[in-house]
Amino acid sequence: MRDEPASLTNSEPYAFAAAGEGLASPRDYFELLKPRVMSLVIFTALVGLVRAPGDVHPVIAFTALLCIAVGAGAAGALNMWWDADIDAIMSRTRKRPVPSGRVSAQEALAFGLTLSAFSVVVLGLLVNALSGALLAFTIFFYVVIYTMWLKRSTPQNIIIGGAAGAFPPLVAWAGASGTVSLEPVLLFAIIFFWTPPHFWALALYRADDYARAGVPMLPVTAGPDETRLQILLYTLFLVPLAASPAVLGYAGLAYGAVAVLAGAWMIMLTWRVYRRREGEAAVKAAKGLFGFSIVYLFALFATLLGEAVIGGLLR
Amino acid sequence: MSMEKKTPRPSEEEGVVLTPEQIRRRRARNIAIASVLGFLALLFYVVTIVKLGPNVLNRPL
Repeated sequence: MRDEPASLTNSEPYAFAAAGEGLASPRDYFELLKPRVMSLVIFTALVGLVRAPGDVHPVIAFTALLCIAVGAGAAGALNMWWDADIDAIMSRTRKRPVPSGRVSAQEALAFGLTLSAFSVVVLGLLVNALSGALLAFTIFFYVVIYTMWLKRSTPQNIIIGGAAGAFPPLVAWAGASGTVSLEPVLLFAIIFFWTPPHFWALALYRADDYARAGVPMLPVTAGPDETRLQILLYTLFLVPLAASPAVLGYAGLAYGAVAVLAGAWMIMLTWRVYRRREGEAAVKAAKGLFGFSIVYLFALFATLLGEAVIGGLLR
Repeated sequence: MSMEKKTPRPSEEEGVVLTPEQIRRRRARNIAIASVLGFLALLFYVVTIVKLGPNVLNRPL
């Protein structure tokens, strides 16, 4: 007679039921993919895909987007597997599937690894090898360099780790054209330099959470005043950088106008964060900057997308 | 002597006994996996046709 698998031996059923395992629904697994982050990844990747030179078949374009989205989601699942201990401490993350016990850490690990391998292999085989390699590097960077190494060891975590979130338009560009040029590198740079002010604005009013979990975010290690200064400096660098595609001729007047106007508003909100340092006004300013930073990035990429689509229709 | 109340375990013959909620969620997971597999089969078929293009008809007999 065949031996029963270990999980079905007589000591296990009780533990199985008591731990609440087997209760995960498809929605819990979907949550492991960090759908809100994934939506931004899909959007920025779509911009890279549409703006890349050459014609790419819509089915191949869809496959590339799908693989990039799934790869990003897989990295999110692996992040939740590794960070379950600190996620359980922070109020923003304690309801995630692993710390809340709906999905076990092992299940999250297996889910993340499977989707990582699958998305990279499918992108490499069905689209091209360069994009597959870049996606593999992105997942590795987010999971190993950011999550496992930098996040808990240095206040520079979000600066370097931000690169992982900046890769999708580059991967998509490589998928559509088979090459990488200056324009997708600029798209990468815009997201890269946008990430620190965006996350530090959040960290300003969530500093207690990060401190409790022992995550060395800048407001925890250097204090809120230094964080406000860094947000201001990064934004002053980001705004002209974001306008550079128009200056260099990659984007049109509409993009230039949006980059300047939204950039000016971004600087104004950053200045407000820098000036308001106490009480409810400080929290309100930080929340305002955090919210607008998302609108800012969306406006930049939406204009790039709109210009490319309209330009394509007029050709 | 311990007065601790013990929860009865299912017998070995019964094996893992799932609650109705666990059965419902397992079914939902199975349907999700089946849907994903079906979608992937369709995607690979369509991508194959797209990549081969007119060559799909070009096969030596």
